[in-house]
Amino acid sequence: MKAISVENISKKYILSHKKKKYQNLKESVSGFFGELLSNKSDEETKEVFWALRNVSFDIESGDRIGIVGANGAGKSTLLKILSRITEPTSGQVKVNGRMASLLEVGTGFHAELTGRENIFLNGAILGMKQHEIRTQFDEIVSFAGIEKFLDTPVKRYSSGMYVRLGFAIAAHLEPEILVVDEVLAVGDSEFQKKCLGKMKDLSGAGRTLIFVSHNATAVQGLCNKAAFLQKGNLVKYGEVGEVLHDYMASISKFQLQQNWENPAEAPGNDQVRIKNVEIIPEFIAGSKNIDVRTPLSINIEFWNILESAHLNLSVFLYNMTGECVFNVGSQAKTFSNGLIKGTLEIPGDFLNDGSYYISVMIVKDTADPIFFMEDAISFDVADWRAGTNWYGKWPGAVRPINIPVKTWKVDGLI
Amino acid sequence: MNKDNEVVIKAGKSALHYWSEAWRQRELFWILGKRDIMVRYKQTVLGVAWGVIRPLLTAMVMVFAFGKIAKLEQDSTIPYMLVVIPGVIIWLFFSQCLAQISNSIVGNGNLVSKVYFPRIIIPFSSLLVGLLDALIAFAMFLVFCVYYQFVPNWHIIFAPIFLFFAYLGAFGAGLFASVLNVKYRDVAQIIPFVVQFGYFVSPVAYSSDRVRNEWWYPIYNLNPVAGAIDGLRWCLLGNYTDFNWQSFVPMLFFVGISVLISIWFFRKNENSFVDHL
Repeated sequence: MKAISVENISKKYILSHKKKKYQNLKESVSGFFGELLSNKSDEETKEVFWALRNVSFDIESGDRIGIVGANGAGKSTLLKILSRITEPTSGQVKVNGRMASLLEVGTGFHAELTGRENIFLNGAILGMKQHEIRTQFDEIVSFAGIEKFLDTPVKRYSSGMYVRLGFAIAAHLEPEILVVDEVLAVGDSEFQKKCLGKMKDLSGAGRTLIFVSHNATAVQGLCNKAAFLQKGNLVKYGEVGEVLHDYMASISKFQLQQNWENPAEAPGNDQVRIKNVEIIPEFIAGSKNIDVRTPLSINIEFWNILESAHLNLSVFLYNMTGECVFNVGSQAKTFSNGLIKGTLEIPGDFLNDGSYYISVMIVKDTADPIFFMEDAISFDVADWRAGTNWYGKWPGAVRPINIPVKTWKVDGLI
Repeated sequence: MNKDNEVVIKAGKSALHYWSEAWRQRELFWILGKRDIMVRYKQTVLGVAWGVIRPLLTAMVMVFAFGKIAKLEQDSTIPYMLVVIPGVIIWLFFSQCLAQISNSIVGNGNLVSKVYFPRIIIPFSSLLVGLLDALIAFAMFLVFCVYYQFVPNWHIIFAPIFLFFAYLGAFGAGLFASVLNVKYRDVAQIIPFVVQFGYFVSPVAYSSDRVRNEWWYPIYNLNPVAGAIDGLRWCLLGNYTDFNWQSFVPMLFFVGISVLISIWFFRKNENSFVDHL
């Protein structure tokens, strides 16, 4: 059965680009009389901005929907409409079942009140009845891990405790439909894991979950369906893998090839000129973007203008922060002038997820760099993982899955 | 899940649906009111005792200024303290409700922009703080009755009605102000000012008999607090005053009209609150 059906939702905002409409009474009064006297109103350019445009989709009960999209795609607006904080300009949403939305952790917490008092306050604000809170109280407290600080005002809580308490209350709402914003961005990794686990439990119990996030990994791990919004339009809605693929493809800004046909225009100098630098991914079946499993071939072609030179080709891989992940080079060989090609392969299951770029250096006589081409090509590696409940950023410059860690039992308990 | 559970989100909802939803969430009314009360005396040494000190000092100052210095107590058939206290009860209750209600939406902006519930619950729940204080002040009145050996007559059973009218007066004006306050923060400047001078134009520290024969008395009675104070004096002070229809009827009109207009105004604007907060 349908938990939510979104029918042709649009939301319009009017941005007026004149000096602001009166913001206090005095301006209102003087502006009003000013307009009367001068008999002309200020020219005002109004821009209609559609935060959402004719978005329709159905959510079956028990589905776990991830809503993805770049900043400004309309995710938050959709979320606000679903949570009833704003109304749609046109269209309607039918919601079947008790819905709770969590746009912020600890909504309505009062700094002066104690943890205990805030549990009741926040629970009521989120739509729990007092007796429901009472029955869940102990569980909330132990989930948040704040037993010792129950009677301390929350203004004295560490930010981590504050967030934990906020999420703990929301997690025990037991709504039929739970709408969650990217609140998981805060809190330590241990707690993030707990949150995602709890959300998984909820959906396991047949509850419907709507999860808005930038974090494609978390969406992948948690959701079975996804909706991809772009500039207020629903671009794709369906099975999570396919939607995420389109989403990842749209946000990655990579340049997989640079190619020059004419040596005169090619980068280089009077000794060597670059013809072509390209990266060719060998996509894993069923995947159409580069992820951590994808083996990559890199081809480099350059014109050697020197008559006879002892050259080697050196390749640098940098990560997003500019750290060199590795530098590898070819054996130096003597070449006569002409087109020279070099290749290398970066195996799959080796790089970590993230953005990388490649620089190329041509070295003469194994010591003299004659040309260095910086940032020749760049590419993004998407995350992919299996067999783990951890969805945070995987640490490390590389993720060499082929270096296994082995464990075995040595002895019984002492 | 049944059909009753279905909620339709679209532009413009029906009024009936709105009020039934507000009723379903009535627990929130208590919780928010309780929060305001709990927060009020946090980190104070005297705590709830402030609820006694405030009306007591106000009444004493008024007895001193109006009773002793202006010598109004000479015409009074009963101790002047007893004349002043009903005025103070109503005035403090009214001004507190007015201040709380007019600031309620802005003060709870963090809720309004993050969670949905019928917004009208917020100004409604602002009643409770003032009500608690009024009850404390009322108990203080009874203590003074014992002290002066004064016995109120059966009119006292109507006292809650006039407290309620004072509340409605504050609600009518405060609700309108709370909507304006979202967009124009000037309102937050005006309200303390109104509260400050308001008791001079209300019969708080003097009996309305003093101004009854003035030509401007009908204008004076446009102030709903005048009607509520006259009414409460009639309830609490036995045969000290007659029931004053001259201030009661304008108060009824003011309260009825302002509450209706304010609710209409509030409902019209509540969906745009989040854009201005």
